[in-house]
Amino acid sequence: MLYSEKVLDHFSNPRNVGEIEDADGIGEVGNAKCGDIMKMYLKIDNGIISDVKFKTFGCGAAVATSSMATELIKGKPIEDALKLTNKAVVEALDGLPAVKLHCSVLAEQAIKSALSDYYTRQGIDPLPIVGEISECEHCH
Amino acid sequence: MKKRFIYADNAATTRVSEPVLQAMMPYFTEQYGNASSIYELGRSAKKALETARETVAKSIGAEPSEIYFTSCGSESDNWAIRSVCERLTPKGKKHIITSVFEHHAILHTCQALEKNGFEVTYLPVYENGIVKPEDVKNAIREDTAIVTIMYANNEIGTIQPVEEIAAVCKEKGVIFHTDAVQAVGHVKIDVHAQGIDMLSISGHKIHAQKGVGALYVRKGIPMTNLIYGGAQERNRRAGTENLPAIVGFAKAMELANTDIEERGRKTAVLRDRLIDGILKLPRTRLNGDREKRLPGTVNISIEGVEGESLLLMLDMNGICASSGSACTSGSLDPSHVLLALGLKHEVAHGSLRLSINEDTTDEDVDYILEVVPKVVNRLRDMSPLWERICKEESV
Repeated sequence: MLYSEKVLDHFSNPRNVGEIEDADGIGEVGNAKCGDIMKMYLKIDNGIISDVKFKTFGCGAAVATSSMATELIKGKPIEDALKLTNKAVVEALDGLPAVKLHCSVLAEQAIKSALSDYYTRQGIDPLPIVGEISECEHCH
Repeated sequence: MKKRFIYADNAATTRVSEPVLQAMMPYFTEQYGNASSIYELGRSAKKALETARETVAKSIGAEPSEIYFTSCGSESDNWAIRSVCERLTPKGKKHIITSVFEHHAILHTCQALEKNGFEVTYLPVYENGIVKPEDVKNAIREDTAIVTIMYANNEIGTIQPVEEIAAVCKEKGVIFHTDAVQAVGHVKIDVHAQGIDMLSISGHKIHAQKGVGALYVRKGIPMTNLIYGGAQERNRRAGTENLPAIVGFAKAMELANTDIEERGRKTAVLRDRLIDGILKLPRTRLNGDREKRLPGTVNISIEGVEGESLLLMLDMNGICASSGSACTSGSLDPSHVLLALGLKHEVAHGSLRLSINEDTTDEDVDYILEVVPKVVNRLRDMSPLWERICKEESV
C-alpha cells in the first residue's frame, strides 16, 4: 500500500493538532474498536471558522485526512465547511489507497459533527442544516 | 540523535546472508544443469540437490528421504494438511485439530477443508499464547486425521509444547504436523527425538532467499502429489528444481543450526532489554508468555496509539517493525493472534512487533529505546483515545 507524498507530509507534520479551550463546537466520530477516533474543535466568529484544531487516534490516513480537512475549512465561512466532501479531502491529498477511503469519510463527518454541536449550542436544530451524520459503515 | 537504519522485522523476512549468496552463485551461470539430465553438468546438479537435502535433513534430525523441497512455508503447510486429509478420508477420518492463532496458511487451509466436509477444532491459546497439550488430548476423536499446531507463533513468538503435543498424538495414533517457519534456526529441533511427524520450513526467515522451503514428512506418512509432471521430489512435486535457491537454503539451514544456543542467548539478552525498556511506558503490556518465547521476538501493546501510525513514525526514524493493527493487516479487524489472547480490539490496534536477530547490536537497542518512547508520546499527545484513558485513570 502506497501513500502519496502529501499524505505522508500531513501525517508527519500534521497541521492544526491540539484542542481549543473555548471552542464553539466540538465533534467526535469513529470508535476505538475500529481503530479510528477523530475529534474536531471549531472556533467560529461571525459565521467564519476562525480556528480549528483536531486530535486523532488512527492510522496514517486518518491523521492526514484530519489535518487536510482542517486546512480546507480554516478561515472559511460555515457554508463552505458544510459543503466539504470526503472526495475533496482525498483530492487535496493526491488520493488515498482504496482501503483508506473510509478515513476521509470520517474527516468529513468529524467536521459536520462539530458544526452540529455548534448549532445545538446556539439553540438551533442542526438536523435541517447539517443533515444526518451516519455511523461509520465499516464498523456496523 | 543521529538517524540510523535498523531492520527489526526478521519475523517478516531476513536479509540473504553473504555465505548463502556465495553458495548460490555458481548455480546460476556455471552449474546451471538440470538435475534430471544424464551428462556431467546434470549429474553434478543432482549431486548438489541431494547434498542440500542431506544438509537440511541433518539440521532437523531427519532422514534425507523425508525432506521435500517446496517453494515456501505456506506451500509446505497446505501440502501437509491436504495430503493427510485426502489420504485418510477413505479411512473415515474427517476431523482436524489446530489452534486459533495459527498462520493463515494453516487456518485458511482448514477453512477450505471445512467446506469439503471436514470438521475443525480450534484450540484456545489462553492469555499467555500457549496451547495446552491436555486440550489436544481431549479434542482427539476416533475420526481425527491430523493435529497441526505451530512450533512458535509468528506475531508474538511464543513457543508451543510440541514434544508434549507430539506424545499425545502418538499415544492416540494421530499424525502431528507443526508449522515451524518461525522456530527453525532459532530453537534446536530434532524431529525424530521430539516425535514430530511433519514439519514446515521456510528459507527466507533464516537468511536464504524468498521462494524456497521444505516439508519434512516422516517415513510412512501418506502423501498426495502436489504437482503432476516429472519425477522430481520422488514423483510428488513435479517441476525442475530451483537449484540455486535450494543450495542457498541448505547453506542457511547449516549456518542457522551452528551455535544455535549461543546465538539465541545473545539475542535474548537484547530482546529482554527491549521488553523491559518499552514496558517502562505506562499502559503497555507484553503479549505472550515472557519466558517461553523465541529469542528475537517482542510484541507489546501500547494503549492509546494505533499501530500503523506507530510503524510510519518508526520508519521515518529508520526503524522497520511490524504491527497487528487492522490497518496493517489489510482487513478491518486487528490481528487474530492478539484477539486470541483476549485483548480488546482497541488494545490490539496498538501493538508493536520487533523481531531482532544475531546482527542486532546494543547500539541498535539503545536507539530503538530512544525512538519508541518519543514516537509513542507524540502520537499519544494527539490521540483522543489516550486523553480518554488518562481521564478515566484520574477519576
